[in-house]
Amino acid sequence: MGKALFILGIPLFVFLLTGLAGKKLKPFATGIIGTIGIAIATLISYLIACEYFFGIGKVDGKFQEIIPWTFEWLRFTDKLHIDLGVLIDPISVMMLVVITTVSLMVHIYSFGYMKGERGFERYYAFLSLFTFSMLGLVVATNIFQMYIFWELVGVSSYLLIGFYYTKPAAVLASKKAFIVTRFADLGFLIGVLILSFYTGTFDLSELTANKGSLVVATTAGASFMGLSVATWAMALIFMGGAGKSAMFPLHIWLPDAMEGPTPVSALIHAATMVVAGVYLVARLFPVYVFAAPDVLTMIAYIGCFTALFAAIIAMTQTDIKRVLAFSTISQIAYMMTALGVSGYGGHEGLGYMSSMFHLFTHAFFKALLFLGAGAVIHAVHSNEMANMGNLRKYMPITHITFLIACLAISGIPPFSGFFSKDEILTSTLENGHYILYITLTVTAALTAFYMFRLYFNIFWGKREKTYEHKPHEAPLSMCLPLIILAVFSCVTGFIPFSDFVSSDGVPFATHIKWSVAVVSFNVAMIGGLVALLFYARGSFASDLIVERIPKLYHAALRKFYMDEIWMFITKSVIFKIICYPIAWFDRHVIDGTMNALAIGTQRISSSIRVLQSGRVQFYALVFVLGTLLLTVWALYM
Amino acid sequence: MIQMEHYLIVSTIMFFVGIYGFVTRKNLLAVLISIELILNSVEINFSVFNRYLYPEHLEGMFFSLFGIAISAAETAVAIAIIINVYRRMQNIDVRHIDKMKF
Repeated sequence: MGKALFILGIPLFVFLLTGLAGKKLKPFATGIIGTIGIAIATLISYLIACEYFFGIGKVDGKFQEIIPWTFEWLRFTDKLHIDLGVLIDPISVMMLVVITTVSLMVHIYSFGYMKGERGFERYYAFLSLFTFSMLGLVVATNIFQMYIFWELVGVSSYLLIGFYYTKPAAVLASKKAFIVTRFADLGFLIGVLILSFYTGTFDLSELTANKGSLVVATTAGASFMGLSVATWAMALIFMGGAGKSAMFPLHIWLPDAMEGPTPVSALIHAATMVVAGVYLVARLFPVYVFAAPDVLTMIAYIGCFTALFAAIIAMTQTDIKRVLAFSTISQIAYMMTALGVSGYGGHEGLGYMSSMFHLFTHAFFKALLFLGAGAVIHAVHSNEMANMGNLRKYMPITHITFLIACLAISGIPPFSGFFSKDEILTSTLENGHYILYITLTVTAALTAFYMFRLYFNIFWGKREKTYEHKPHEAPLSMCLPLIILAVFSCVTGFIPFSDFVSSDGVPFATHIKWSVAVVSFNVAMIGGLVALLFYARGSFASDLIVERIPKLYHAALRKFYMDEIWMFITKSVIFKIICYPIAWFDRHVIDGTMNALAIGTQRISSSIRVLQSGRVQFYALVFVLGTLLLTVWALYM
Repeated sequence: MIQMEHYLIVSTIMFFVGIYGFVTRKNLLAVLISIELILNSVEINFSVFNRYLYPEHLEGMFFSLFGIAISAAETAVAIAIIINVYRRMQNIDVRHIDKMKF
């Protein structure tokens, strides 16, 4: 298990090597170094997964937490200290596998996609940094370590989104992503501080042990503004998670973040970074269930609303990456909802398990979708649907793999998305949240619709489409990851996930609930068929519908004006009421004091510096006269 | 009979002549000579006090010898500096050597 440390160490080493010596190496060599590094990390994480799940992990039928390596970094009091370490438990092992696999695919894919780009070596260095920080986040042993890596993830995503730093849109997008997530992290930090103030520990194992009894016991009776302290703390921590996971209303950064290179979108905005919020809630799940159940319900409803909201927007977008961005928001929201409705232990914890299951399957098919979209963009040099069509003839491999991913995300059996989505829907139904169940089922239909809208618009004909440059199939380095991920998307659904991951570590049996499965399958088919009718041959039916509901359509096209609303809030509320007074205080009081000191010192020194004439004889005269005065004073006074 | 006071008067005159020269002369060499005058007046004092007050001791005499050696070394250094100053500025007028102020 000690080799878990290598998973962290290798990407860090590769980052330092390629980041510092990148200019001296050939770009291709940095790519090779990065890819080999992550390949080794992938191998190790698979080994650990095997060893953990089929060997040492299970003791008395329960998966244990193992901490193979830890050291104390900062000590405040005997109980309150910040450690750095590696925590191995079912969800962290699962995340290690997901992150390293997707990252490896992205590394390989980037050889083809980023070929000849300026800053190729910088790109690979940032990829390694990002992978390192995400891996550090999932194996964190304490909440503060998690916070450190959480911020590192934010920084490295900022660097990667703004990779094309000469493009103003990319710079704006990276700034937006950083500021929005940073704003959310403020809540996370306050939540962590409240929690550790009451419980006196940062340690995740201690916080979640014995059904979160430590938190329940230490925060009992304390309340603030009518809500218990635990509720406040956990809600604030969720705020951080909502920022990273792009939950409404903090989702605005994610669509813009598509300005980064497409493989980066696959890595950050589909498979790894955005699930950090889900992972955070899952990590602290016992605390949420037992200390702050209200927050969990809130998470469920926010998630459900976000799922529907993002799906509606996704139906109207014409930039293929933006469609995928909104579908990501929607799918992440599914996971949040599942966590929100879940109970603890055994079959009660179905929501927890289904959320992790969906995270696992979603990572692969969403990475596949993004990489497929990247191959399409690579071929036609455009992000707009209008510039595509009929590509199935030119790009057979991309076409087939993209179709598999579409089927998987739409929840068509036997592809992976079907199984995980089915579990999520079952968990909402079994826990009696009928509104959530209905909304998510409707969203599933919308998901199928917008995914197949995307698929038909790219690969099937509007009329006969002609291209100036004949589109070509992607090179082998890009096709290989597509094929591998397509295989993953086909088979991961058959993994008996509840045997490995459950809310309390005890495996339980799950069965497909046919009533739910049939309904979700049918609505997905309806969504897909409507898309087929509308878009496969380029009919005008969709235009007719748009004409019927122009207001709703335009609102959705403009993303329900969320950007404008946030702009208004920041500019006229936050800036005017909070920032301007603070800026005035800073400029006039704080800077004023310092400036007065500096100016005073300078005036005095310039007035006495004429004494320093450089004439030695003058100094000597002063010295002699001074000595005489002292002598006279000594003799007569 | 020459009294101790006579020696002291001479050395005091030498001392203040030296001070005067140091402050008023513009030529670096003259300034250097003035410094030598000051040093020598002090050495006279050492010898005189030793000779008249503590004739059985020799510390004052040795201190004078020591001072002479020091002033010789110091003169060598000063001359070297003055030569360098002259090479750089083409004169050794004290009033012009104020480049190193501030």
